[in-house]
Amino acid sequence: MTTISRRTVLQGMGVSALATALSGLPVLAQDRTAIRIGYAISKTGPNAAGAGISTTPNYLLWVDDVNKTGGITLSKLGVTLPLEVTEYDDRSTAEETVRAVERLATQDNVDLILPTWGTGANLASGPTFDRFGYPQLAGTAVTDMAPDLAKRWKHSFWMLGGGHDYAEALVALLVKQRDAGTINNKVAIASVADGFGIDLSKAATPAFTEAGFELVYDKTYPLGTSDFAPIINEVSGLGVDTFVAFSYPPDTFALTQQSVVANFSPKVFYLGVGTAFPIYPGIAGPNHNGVMGVGGIDPDSEALAAYFERHTALNGQAPDSWASAITYASLEILQQAIERVGDIDREAISAEISSGEFDTIIGKVKLVDNQLRSLWTVGQWQDGKFVGLAHTERDGSREPVVPKPAWVPAA
Amino acid sequence: MKLVLALIALAALAFMPSFAGPYPLGLMIGILGYGVLATAWAMFSGPTRYISLATVAFFGLGAYTVAVLSETLPYPVVLLVAALIGLVVALIVGLATLRLAGIYFVIFTFGLTELVRQLVTYYEVNVTRTLGRYVFLPLGPEHIYWQLLALLAATLAIAFWVRQSRIGLALRVIGDDPVVASHLGIRITRTKLTLFSISCVIMTLAGAIQAPRWTYIEPSIVFNPTTSFLVVIMALLGGPNRLFGPLLGAIPLFLLFEWLSANFPNHYSIILGLLFIAIVFVLPNGVLAAGESLWARMTRKEARA
Repeated sequence: MTTISRRTVLQGMGVSALATALSGLPVLAQDRTAIRIGYAISKTGPNAAGAGISTTPNYLLWVDDVNKTGGITLSKLGVTLPLEVTEYDDRSTAEETVRAVERLATQDNVDLILPTWGTGANLASGPTFDRFGYPQLAGTAVTDMAPDLAKRWKHSFWMLGGGHDYAEALVALLVKQRDAGTINNKVAIASVADGFGIDLSKAATPAFTEAGFELVYDKTYPLGTSDFAPIINEVSGLGVDTFVAFSYPPDTFALTQQSVVANFSPKVFYLGVGTAFPIYPGIAGPNHNGVMGVGGIDPDSEALAAYFERHTALNGQAPDSWASAITYASLEILQQAIERVGDIDREAISAEISSGEFDTIIGKVKLVDNQLRSLWTVGQWQDGKFVGLAHTERDGSREPVVPKPAWVPAA
Repeated sequence: MKLVLALIALAALAFMPSFAGPYPLGLMIGILGYGVLATAWAMFSGPTRYISLATVAFFGLGAYTVAVLSETLPYPVVLLVAALIGLVVALIVGLATLRLAGIYFVIFTFGLTELVRQLVTYYEVNVTRTLGRYVFLPLGPEHIYWQLLALLAATLAIAFWVRQSRIGLALRVIGDDPVVASHLGIRITRTKLTLFSISCVIMTLAGAIQAPRWTYIEPSIVFNPTTSFLVVIMALLGGPNRLFGPLLGAIPLFLLFEWLSANFPNHYSIILGLLFIAIVFVLPNGVLAAGESLWARMTRKEARA
């Protein structure tokens, strides 16, 4: 057993205090050796799972990709510099996120700050990003307030749309199927009683009603529900062809398994967050085929296929097919904006992100009023890929497979 | 004399935002926030030894009140409503539960946080159909700082008054032995209820004042049970039976959390857990009490020598 003497501890504290003090010194352009990137991300707490799937792996991948090519070229300074990362754990609390961003901006004096995971945390840190003039490319925030927020905070960019986008795209897709006679007029909706579920069901309920659908079931279930037998049993007797669940990851998986067990196999089976996760086919087995959900990717894109490969090689897991590619694309946008400006001039970088067109893994991207509008909103598992079916403003999408294949009974 | 010193300190702190940078100001907001919560917690739990884990239930209620009402009512009225809501809930809860003692009270208060959180969620989901509210108030960090500073000063003043007054004495007697207290003619429930309510109203206000800092409020953000535990451990470290004890526990612990999360982002939780165990084992009565007993031992030695 090693004992730590008081002197060792004091020395350690002294050294780290000195290091903290030194790192606070302003970096002069000529002795710049790296572009300093900072981020606070949920490594612990309830947000850690989501951050660990959609956000952190993409940050790691981007830094790795950039540094492998030698770095980012700052033409005005005539140098190509690698990225250097400072990361903090925001412990899934809003207060900690705010303070970590303050710390990054004023103590660490990082050149750029990457946003944290989730709608709440991105909104909480919005005023702070704005106050210090750092561009904020929120790749994992779903909010209908995005147009107002972009006006309020000029440096903020909202990449994942709002609840209405997803709900209305789903309804539009189902209207087509109904009018073609593939599905009947009855719909059942189950939503998790939490941010995502409520936002989407609030938008979906009136949209379904206006489109002339009959909502025979529209209820919420509490966060943390683990037994979905009552919901599935009730819904399976209602004669619906369309089952929609605005659910969170554990529920998404449990709902699938419960429906298979109860042999409730509607023609359209749509689930929320988690359907696009790479582990979904593993959990659902052969039954993942034909399941719809939020998100989607372009299955024919070579750039995306290469991204999936690089992501899997570095992180040991594939990216999800919703926010991951968007997050990575937002980093590409940031990188290209920096290179076009040729200097770490955050005002100019923000202006470029806002007005420029960028070449990313999700195709050519141009933001509209600081928002990414060319989103995949409804996806479906087809031949092992979660392909995009509907889109807000995107070209080219696959035709949905309706009815989905019947469940293969669990062994 | 003491009053003059306190006022000078208060005035000096009030000028802090004009020369401190945004990061020190953020730290001060955190310290003041926890300082208020810990002092308010100790006001009731110190003398009675009723360990309450309901801090965040009231804190969250305050934050939610601001989120719901900030667009319809002027800000000072919103704060007033928040205090009233805190008071009403404290009275209901207090009447129902302050007859409980020991571990039952601890469990109840922990459950209360979850109950309030689920009720708010149920209401938002089924009645208003909005989960996640936005707070856009023209309040910068310095405004939040000043409000928290004022609240802390008021809290310390109330705590000071309670210690001097009959009700404070009554509460200490209850804490020492409820049977003796009732034989002395102390109205146990009423005394406990009064102090519990005051303490809860302060916690509610602390939440209400800090809400504008987060912009976005949802139950999982404002009803985070970790806050309740941190408040207890801060008060215990400083010593819950002293006026400045909880505050003196909040300052070093908060700075330590900050230092740990800046320098050991990957080991934070482990170190924190070890630290809590250490505090309970080494300093069961708080730093101040430990310091005093150390002082007493040293002077005794001197006297003998």
